[in-house]
Amino acid sequence: MVDLTARVGALTLKNPIMPASGTFSREMAEVFDLDALGALVTKTITAEIRGGNPTPRVCEVEGGMLNSIGIPSKGLGAFLASELPAYAGHRAPLVVSISAPSVEGFAALCEKVSQPGVAAIEANISCPNIEEDGKAFAMRPETTRRVLEALRGATDLPLWAKLTPNTGETVEVAQAAEAAGADGLVVANTMLSMSIDPRSRKPKLGNLMGGLSGPSFKPIALRMTYQCARSVEIPVIGCGGISTAEDVVEYLIAGASAVQVGTASFINPTAMPRLLDDLAAFMRTEGIASVAELVGSIRDDATAEAVRFMETAP
Amino acid sequence: MALLSPARLDPAPTRPIKEILATVLTHETVAEDYRLLELSAPAEALDCAPGQFFHILCPVDGESQPFLRRPMSIYGYDKARGRLSFLYKVTGEGTRALARLAPGAGLNVTGPLGRGFTIPEEARGLLAVARGVGLATLAPLAQEARRLGRELTAICSARSPEHLMSIEHFEALGARVIQVTDSAGTSAPEHLRGLIEAEIAEGRVDMLYTCGSNRLLKLCQEIGAKAGIPGEIALEQQMACGIGMCQCCVRPFRKPGGVEQLRVCREGPVFDIQEALEW
Repeated sequence: MVDLTARVGALTLKNPIMPASGTFSREMAEVFDLDALGALVTKTITAEIRGGNPTPRVCEVEGGMLNSIGIPSKGLGAFLASELPAYAGHRAPLVVSISAPSVEGFAALCEKVSQPGVAAIEANISCPNIEEDGKAFAMRPETTRRVLEALRGATDLPLWAKLTPNTGETVEVAQAAEAAGADGLVVANTMLSMSIDPRSRKPKLGNLMGGLSGPSFKPIALRMTYQCARSVEIPVIGCGGISTAEDVVEYLIAGASAVQVGTASFINPTAMPRLLDDLAAFMRTEGIASVAELVGSIRDDATAEAVRFMETAP
Repeated sequence: MALLSPARLDPAPTRPIKEILATVLTHETVAEDYRLLELSAPAEALDCAPGQFFHILCPVDGESQPFLRRPMSIYGYDKARGRLSFLYKVTGEGTRALARLAPGAGLNVTGPLGRGFTIPEEARGLLAVARGVGLATLAPLAQEARRLGRELTAICSARSPEHLMSIEHFEALGARVIQVTDSAGTSAPEHLRGLIEAEIAEGRVDMLYTCGSNRLLKLCQEIGAKAGIPGEIALEQQMACGIGMCQCCVRPFRKPGGVEQLRVCREGPVFDIQEALEW
């Protein structure tokens, strides 16, 4: 029997698999038992009601997809009144993803969703900050620090920061989040991308550009997970392109304490329970007794710091 | 790339949506670019309703690498015999890859998905109007109408007689079929209007069903509103998850409080015909 328990700071999860925000809702219970998962993560909630972006909202690319859904949200009121109570029947810890376009709005929302029944807050700081220049909070260390400090002051729950790959300052942003009081990092959100129909000459997404996810994005998010895990003390949750148990193991070895699975659930709705089976089978075959044995076990001892934290391909 | 092990594809009896590995039984060309695919599938996955769909994982081969699943409306289902069939048009990378599947091959499908057609208790006469491959979406209505002892008339429209591939299927299911084609000059909206209104005048229509086409939507909305006959339309939209999670497949609908964005995969694909908006 292998031990799948995953420790993410103060939280102990029964296993390291949880959904990525935006690729999961309670409707998934019509496919499998959600309590099989290590945790549940809501779609990002905003304080206000949002309609989302024009269609088409997704398109496929080789080995992945682009999305520009635009965070449609029924707003905080609907979340507290109907969504949060509906999760009460599930044993898996609930992580609530939140976002706002300003520091103050972010903190106010964070305080209001810090309710009984919520195990952790995931701050989606990969969204545009309209008070500055519209660039995502997580693109720069200073804006990351400011928003995380405000969020830290707004909740006593475990606070995770979801980082963006659209930055050249991965390590500095990770360290800024840690210094501002984040309890964990989710690495990473999707990468800004584009696709054009060569015949109609139209962008394939209604919103022109969107975020890349899926297997083709995995090497980027894995690199960032490694760099973050190497540069902070707080736990890192890997996220990006995971579709097989070997992918999960790669992230754990790179230093992730747990992982999030997103796009794979669109391709195989049963991906997460199957990943759990396959992860246990992999560990049995390889003689690995526990997930903890894998976390951060990468054999990179001879590598210089300057190489570990490089921000451009050599 | 390694794949997920298939162990969990044994359908869970208590969960309504199943991801299963079906087997191709037959796969025929029924007209240029049109294929009829018949699968053997576990009975547990076949609690289907007319108008529902499956999400198909088109195969990746040396020539095509479709990434996302393709939603496909059910053409026929038979729980007792473990049969599930789709009539589709080869249009892009996904369906081209699918079209190369030979009998005996496995095919991963997820479903049944979405909200299907309703047949009200009091509706004795049903009228289905569709064109081309849209007829496939309405075919299970004929099957259900027969089971419930209702009269279904299908107005089947196509470019030419050889594209009217569902007609025999409709007739075998006990439906009355009226054919119209571009080649015979009988498929123009005004001619269709005359046909539908004649059916209504004869008292054969308590419910209208259509799918897929803006022209037919507009026509059925006008006729239905004027005659006070309710109706439903099956709509399409590009999808990613097919289950209701990703919010990708929304379309606008006319609701009492204003225009609302609804998910085609979850609130649909079948909607009240008067609420649907032209696109």
